[in-house]
Amino acid sequence: MNPTDIRNPEYFHKVIDCQHACPAHTPVPEYIRLIADGRYSDAYMINWVSNVFPGVLGRTCDRPCEPACRRGRVEEEPVAICRLKRVAADFKSDISHRIPGPAASKNGKKIALIGAGPASLTVARDLAPLGYDLHVFDEQFAGGGFMRSQIPSFRLPEEVLNEEVGYILNMGVVSHFNHYVDSLNHLLEQGYDAVFVGSGAPKGKDLPELEGRMEAASRIHIGINWLANVAFGHTKEIGEKVLVIGGGNTAMDCCRTSRRLGGRDVRVVVRSPLNEMKASPWEIEDAQHEDIPFYNLHSPLRFVIRDGQLKGMDFEVVEARYDQGRRTLVPTGEVVFMEADDVILAIGQENSFPWIERDLGLDFDKWGMPVLNPDTFQSTLPKVFFGGDAAFGPKNVITAVAQGHAAAISIDLFCQGKSPAERPGPLTNLMLQKMGIHEWSYDNQTTPDLRFKVPHADKTKTLSDRMLEVELGFSRETAFHEAQRCLNCDVQTVFTASRCIECDACVDICPTTCITFTDNGEEDELRTRLNAPANNKSQDLYVADGLKTLRVMVKDENLCLHCGLCAERCPTTAWDMQKYLYHAPKACVL
Amino acid sequence: MTYARPTFRNPDLPLNKIGRARKEYEGAISTLCAGCGHDSISGAIIQACYEMAIEPHRLAKLSGIGCSSKTPTYFLGQSHGFNSVHGRMPSVATGAAMANRDLIYLGVSGDGDTASIGMGQFVHAIRRNLNILYIVMNNGCYGLTKGQDSATADAGSINKSGAENQFQGIDLCGLGLELGATFVARSFSGDKQQLIPLIKAGLTHPGFALIDVVSPCVTFNNNAGSTKSYDYTREHMEATAAIDLVPYREEILHQQDKGTIKYIPLHDESIIAVNKLAADWDPLDKSSAMRKLAQARNEHEILTGLIYVDTQSKDLHTLLNTSDTPLNQLSQTVLMPSAEILGKINKLYQ
Repeated sequence: MNPTDIRNPEYFHKVIDCQHACPAHTPVPEYIRLIADGRYSDAYMINWVSNVFPGVLGRTCDRPCEPACRRGRVEEEPVAICRLKRVAADFKSDISHRIPGPAASKNGKKIALIGAGPASLTVARDLAPLGYDLHVFDEQFAGGGFMRSQIPSFRLPEEVLNEEVGYILNMGVVSHFNHYVDSLNHLLEQGYDAVFVGSGAPKGKDLPELEGRMEAASRIHIGINWLANVAFGHTKEIGEKVLVIGGGNTAMDCCRTSRRLGGRDVRVVVRSPLNEMKASPWEIEDAQHEDIPFYNLHSPLRFVIRDGQLKGMDFEVVEARYDQGRRTLVPTGEVVFMEADDVILAIGQENSFPWIERDLGLDFDKWGMPVLNPDTFQSTLPKVFFGGDAAFGPKNVITAVAQGHAAAISIDLFCQGKSPAERPGPLTNLMLQKMGIHEWSYDNQTTPDLRFKVPHADKTKTLSDRMLEVELGFSRETAFHEAQRCLNCDVQTVFTASRCIECDACVDICPTTCITFTDNGEEDELRTRLNAPANNKSQDLYVADGLKTLRVMVKDENLCLHCGLCAERCPTTAWDMQKYLYHAPKACVL
Repeated sequence: MTYARPTFRNPDLPLNKIGRARKEYEGAISTLCAGCGHDSISGAIIQACYEMAIEPHRLAKLSGIGCSSKTPTYFLGQSHGFNSVHGRMPSVATGAAMANRDLIYLGVSGDGDTASIGMGQFVHAIRRNLNILYIVMNNGCYGLTKGQDSATADAGSINKSGAENQFQGIDLCGLGLELGATFVARSFSGDKQQLIPLIKAGLTHPGFALIDVVSPCVTFNNNAGSTKSYDYTREHMEATAAIDLVPYREEILHQQDKGTIKYIPLHDESIIAVNKLAADWDPLDKSSAMRKLAQARNEHEILTGLIYVDTQSKDLHTLLNTSDTPLNQLSQTVLMPSAEILGKINKLYQ
């Protein structure tokens, strides 16, 4: 293998599994250490710079970081990264003075932002300090987009959302709420230098062809619309028997909201097997905790109507068959009837751009999605940029934020007359951590504690009040212990071959047998003859040459605990622990 | 501050034949200097015992005094251990081996503990062919008292303060051969590939197995001019052979041309596979081994690897024809003759 180029900013970034997996590349271990130190406001600001909505995400994020967390490979469960983020938001002091105010001088450029969801607000946040004149349009009465209309208050209290949306709007952003943009052409005529479309994926999927759909229309609801009606107070109750069709997170929010609006027998019915449901495991768990049963492998057949009233639904039981990894659902012929007063369809959502004229030079593909450059988010109409669910279909808040950052860079470059394709690189810093023979400036001891559980409010109370938040969040003390579980993967093991005397001290001390000195070879072959088998190919081998014996040092990054023992046992500081800070590029350095 | 090792281990490391993880062969975290050769030898012992699937309670580790003799704390934490008096480990080991022949004995000593204060003990353990693997962690200096030259320091070697050693060093392997040791090897702490199979073979050998391991003192004897530094040892190492221990009833899986490999059967039907690298040398021929050793010494080379093995070795118990049942398990009823037998014995003297 060729020696590893550790000067490539992406090499050590990839070692920080959580940060690498985060679409916005939040420096996770950095803020977790600050939480352990009780520096909640500082931890919050690290998050705010990177992901803009720490309080919201600390409660609702899809957490791509957690399945990536190295701790999950070393023991049973990853660090509770998401809920630690909430800790930073919960215990911070007033940080409003640390948020930039309106720019002191304007740069003369005017930008329209369509939709006030996470993508648009991120673009606004990144561009406001640069002096842009920002106009955000949304049909709702306040900012937040789907974070406001879709996420129920028992998961995300309104004041948390208001606070974080407020920080951005107070940066001098002009908001046009209760304003539905019905023509892009009309907007373009008003002389904006660039337009950002962050209008989400606002159309919930339906089952229009299913028998009885029209007759029972008044008791059949589209999940995302129904949740919005609940959030805005238009819908206040639901029947006792509710069927929620679908297995994603929207279905989980629908069934749990139903339980709070009068639903007693609320069931979730899905076509797929339970273990293939799209909902996050923790959301499924929370729904089950609220006595909601799940019926899998049930395919909707018809709405059953008697005397003009919805009585329930017929389902056909299907069987999952697997052929070379491909799954097909085969009808078994068995039909099951389930009673229902109301049915909520939560089977997905789609993009919809009826307000964009098709003759503006803005191309759409055959699925009705805008044709975009995947790096710059620029459409074929150069001054129009997309981001969030509007760009590549529905994903999640953190992805919308990441795309907002990318689009903001593009817009800034475009408005300066530069090519949006010439992207800035990340800001990186590699810092020594050594304080003494056995002392490091990070807490390098690895705690054996297992993941701590977030306490929940009493079920009888939460089910009777849809505004009452279910999760109580970690206490300061539990947060400290959970934070200590973090392995500090950003503190890198940096190897300098010219100093190495090949004494094997690092090899002997390494708890997880990551290090091997051996003859070089091709990667696949090398992986088989290390001191411990290196089976996880998604994790790199760190290879260094230049040793006196002409062997190479090979470190399998997979299970490194970043405990620093290799560096402590190294007599020549050939190994050193150095903290790698990686800040993903943004339009504005905050 | 780190004086503890994390409890997590690599979950992809397999268990050995008796279902034990390598972790079960570890000891406490070392307090020796960072980079000490001794730690590496500890690592090799852990690896060898794990690979050999030795039940930890079947092994006793014994040592004297010195940096080397501290190391049994750092390996095989679940085995028996006795940290004895300076240089007296061979006597304690002899007593233990006499009392219980069923245990595997691993003696750990240093160059001071063996070649100075313990020399009188060492030579007699060899002479009696005590069934023990005797590892000398040889760094050519007294590391525990700040690096004075030891009896194994080579003449002409320069110590950390710049003084040149005027006295001839004792070659423990040469001495062992002279005294009739039945298994003699030398190795280097920085070469586990060689050391681990030697430890396995030494533990299997019935009788006194000596492995003299050059183990650089990173703090006091790793300077330029030292003949026991990492650099010097690497530059002057000459290996007799690449060896491997094939345990009893395991298939021989060597891919090399069988013509270059010699298979030496051991008493329990395990086999040492020797891939010869040195010419004019036969590990079964003592005079060729002595000649090779002398030749290497004259050329300022450090001859490593298996040097000599006597496949007909008879250990102390065999020589004394002791009972197969360990002496410590013989009860009073077994040992005390009946009145009838005693009468017969008495009659012989009447």
